[in-house]
Amino acid sequence: MSTDHVELMPVHVQLFGRYRDVAADEGVMLQMPRGATVADLVSELHERLPDQLPERPTIAINRRQAMDDQVLEASDEIALIPPVAGG
Amino acid sequence: MSDGVGRVGLRDAPISPGDLLDDVSAGAGAVVTFEGRVRDRNDGRTVIGLHYDAYQEMAEDVLEDIQRRTCEAFPVSFVGLLHRVGTLSVGETAVVVTVTAAHRSAAFDAARFAVEAIKAELPVWKQEEYEDGTRAWLDGDPAKGGPTA
Repeated sequence: MSTDHVELMPVHVQLFGRYRDVAADEGVMLQMPRGATVADLVSELHERLPDQLPERPTIAINRRQAMDDQVLEASDEIALIPPVAGG
Repeated sequence: MSDGVGRVGLRDAPISPGDLLDDVSAGAGAVVTFEGRVRDRNDGRTVIGLHYDAYQEMAEDVLEDIQRRTCEAFPVSFVGLLHRVGTLSVGETAVVVTVTAAHRSAAFDAARFAVEAIKAELPVWKQEEYEDGTRAWLDGDPAKGGPTA
């Protein structure tokens, strides 16, 4: 596939806790190539929120923890999960 | 109420240790309730309140998953789990876990299992407010266990 015509899709990432404060927003909108994985998304988030994220932050897709190699779909519900602190 | 079923969920209004007891079968031999409260000191600082942020939809799913796993791992007859969100004062109840079983050992063990799972897995975040007016998000643990894709 030619890289000259990479099809992009909008990806909205929900933010919570400290990440919401850092971004001063409830989410970030990114443009990701179709076929992008969770690992690709994490790289993009590191650029958006420099020095604010652990190397491998937890990503939830459709309310479940996602693996690095999971491919993103346009319809996915995606969230960046800070270290949890309930109880 | 049928075996293993209890209410689970997040609440944006005050909760108390008695909230789940009305649902407990009269025949349960052992009833254990854990209540977690907002404490007044943390890491050497005086705390005057807390704010809990949550990923509401995922948190409800995680609580149901913890309930299911608790019921599978221990011979219990009831597991109920409530967690507060929003702004709380010192002394307010943040979490309530009620477990019933035929005997105390299983009830204690299952209650502890559920509380530890909540601490480790629930997508909820705690921001403390201190007496000097400053606030800080607490360093939690990377979410582990629980549902994975």
